[in-house]
Amino acid sequence: MRVLLSGNEAVARGCYEHGVKVATAYPGTPSTEILENVVKYKDDVYCQWSPNEKVAFEVAMGASFGGVRTITAMKHVGLNVAADPLMTSTSVGGDGGFVIVTADDPGMHSSQNEQDNRYYAKFAKIPLVEPADSQEVKDYLGAAFEISERFGTPVLFRLTTRISHAKTPVELGERTEVARKEYVKDTSRRVVIPAHARRLHVAVEKRLEEIRRFAEDSPLNRIEEGDPAVGVISSGIAYEYARDAFPTATFLKLGLSFPFPIDLAREFCSRFETVYIVEENEPFIEEHLRIAGITNVIGKEKIPVCGELNQGIVRDSVAKNPAPSDRAQVPPRPPVLCPGCPHRSTFFTLNRMNIGSTSDIGCYTLGVMPPLEGLDTCICMGASIGNALGFEKAIGKEFAKKMVAVIGDSTFVHSGMTGLADVAYNKGATTVIILDNSITAMTGHQEHPGTGVTLMGEPTIKLDYIALAKSMGIEDARKVDAYDLEAVKAAIGETTENPEASLLVVEGPCVLMDRKSWGPALEVNAEDCTACGMCLRLGCPAISKDDEGKAAINPLFCVGELCSMCAQVCPVKCISVPVEAAAS
Amino acid sequence: MDKVTNVFISGVGGQGILLASEVLSEVALARGLDVKKSEVHGMAQRGGSVVSHVRFGEKVYSPVIAEREADLLVSFEKMEGLRWIHFLAPGGTVIVNSQEIVPSGMEAYPDGMDEGIRERQPDALLLDALGLAREAGNARSVNVVMLGAFSNYLEFSEDEWTKAIEARVPPKTIDVNLKAFRLGREAGRR
Ligand SMILES: Cc1ncc(C[n+]2csc(CCOP(=O)(O)OP(=O)(O)O)c2C)c(N)n1
Repeated sequence: MRVLLSGNEAVARGCYEHGVKVATAYPGTPSTEILENVVKYKDDVYCQWSPNEKVAFEVAMGASFGGVRTITAMKHVGLNVAADPLMTSTSVGGDGGFVIVTADDPGMHSSQNEQDNRYYAKFAKIPLVEPADSQEVKDYLGAAFEISERFGTPVLFRLTTRISHAKTPVELGERTEVARKEYVKDTSRRVVIPAHARRLHVAVEKRLEEIRRFAEDSPLNRIEEGDPAVGVISSGIAYEYARDAFPTATFLKLGLSFPFPIDLAREFCSRFETVYIVEENEPFIEEHLRIAGITNVIGKEKIPVCGELNQGIVRDSVAKNPAPSDRAQVPPRPPVLCPGCPHRSTFFTLNRMNIGSTSDIGCYTLGVMPPLEGLDTCICMGASIGNALGFEKAIGKEFAKKMVAVIGDSTFVHSGMTGLADVAYNKGATTVIILDNSITAMTGHQEHPGTGVTLMGEPTIKLDYIALAKSMGIEDARKVDAYDLEAVKAAIGETTENPEASLLVVEGPCVLMDRKSWGPALEVNAEDCTACGMCLRLGCPAISKDDEGKAAINPLFCVGELCSMCAQVCPVKCISVPVEAAAS
Repeated sequence: MDKVTNVFISGVGGQGILLASEVLSEVALARGLDVKKSEVHGMAQRGGSVVSHVRFGEKVYSPVIAEREADLLVSFEKMEGLRWIHFLAPGGTVIVNSQEIVPSGMEAYPDGMDEGIRERQPDALLLDALGLAREAGNARSVNVVMLGAFSNYLEFSEDEWTKAIEARVPPKTIDVNLKAFRLGREAGRR
């Protein structure tokens, strides 16, 4: 059967068909839907969300030691978090097939940087497999497992946003079971004391050369004959753009691009006067060629390093006189905190109290937008707490009253707990605010250890933030209802005044999770409204000004009484539940 | 049919763009064509600008449409139509829902959007998809009204569209959606 699957769905289908038994991940766009789809095969494939990518990686590595085919999936920056196990797993690997899926985000559609994770393959000295569409994703995943098992190495499997999130046709197949390899204790391989590690490094170098020879004539690296005068080398999604930009050219398409098949590339390049190297972001292929002294190539001198490519950009970058872009001037439409979002009260309150925040990554990062403007910093997951402590150590304890750490619940579990321990241990006065909406919202609502449900849908133990903080020695650990503005203000006031560390958990479930809780939209009594603009300071997309400057609530957007932050801030109390609704 | 057909759909997160592009892709796939459809997830529910690219034909490589390549540029919201109009191919068709959604952070809807669209594409078709959706019985069926409107400009039959819609929408909403589709299809004819 031929169906349309996204690249992420194709990874999941590939896990099923190629006999994977364990799959782990921490969510992150554009990789999230991989595990969300693997769970559809949960009778055959055990799958789980881990608290972060490092743990996800380690669980997968353990499962590979245990002898079964395993994947772990993450977004590009997730591999930074898992880089420690990655760098050593590569000398140990070689039990059940082990594939690490990285989903990079050229163009930074939903990311803080544009790092090109192909370099991780080179850095960690493991094979790199790069599919270009969903069919290849599914097929190459099988090839990746074979390479992993044959050479005893983890394999890096690289997707990018336009592979992960593009749907393309895929021919479905059946599942092939792969027998578990019996576990045999072998400390010389799995315990990396220096004496063992020195020997393992030599083995890795030897293995790399063997895989390179294998890559030279692997079917994953293919030549597509065309115009004998124009040669193009490309891989991954860039290959698709290049095919459209150079419709008649001869192509060397790389699917197993590290260890780099240099003989194949050299032979290919020798057939042409110049060869175009089409790559998104970094010159990964180009560097291999240039280091080998192959210089009849055109790559990054023409094709941009920054941003996502497409066929138009590739075409224009090599054209003599590209037509200028004819973009119209239109005001931006950035994403914003949703109407009814529980995060709004914290940023509104901080803003009113003139307190800044070191913050973190999640929906709440949108609190940076006017009029809330509640963020001073946002760097990477978990950074908020360490950053706040650093500010305090640099400027003085008093500064902790003016700068709190704001972090989401999923992010806190991901990498905030160690920061909190640091605050306690190093006697910080820092106030840490956990915005607990009981879900990983930004990436589309995934469970985590603080929600009490697993990926496979089973109820489980729920992390207690208050008890955790107390066990670290933080006495002032408390909760507050996100929708009670007075209480939020009082709690922030008290915790920041406290000269010792405090933890404040602001609780309110994400409004998108339970649409049934939405009531009729609130209404403004225009007669009483003084056009003071107070409610507009909430930055709620449902509230705007009418012609007279008075507040108007869009009934299609407002979630009703459950939020009512606007009614709470209105000094003349002219916002309320509609009369008919209140009566019924 | 050698040439690839490029349909570019834009709008605001929450307008149901992904459903429309999904139905179109399924129709093309059922015809036995090669199809690629691309969009970016993540921000869709948070009121941002959203686009979906659908390309189909004998053989499709890139899953995205580049500037000046869209045969059909469809927008579910007026200013989003103008924002992406540079993706239109010379001689391409523009169909825009005249609905106005004020971007958050702006106090009023900006002027000059209609003119901007007409300046670049004098025979752009602007229609009141929200009104037609209400007439069909559900304001949320704007996406299917728009699907009906642009279906006139693609080579698939009404029957092929209907089948794909029936397969894709919740069973309880089939009638409303088919009505929305027909109203859109009528309004989109010239
Ligand atoms: C290392 C890393 N992994 C994953 C992500 C993707 N990501 C961004 S925010 C986020 C979690 C947000 O959840 P939470 O902290 O609960 O905040 P919410 O969005 O629910 O407000 C994730 C997984 C990332 N940016 N970096």
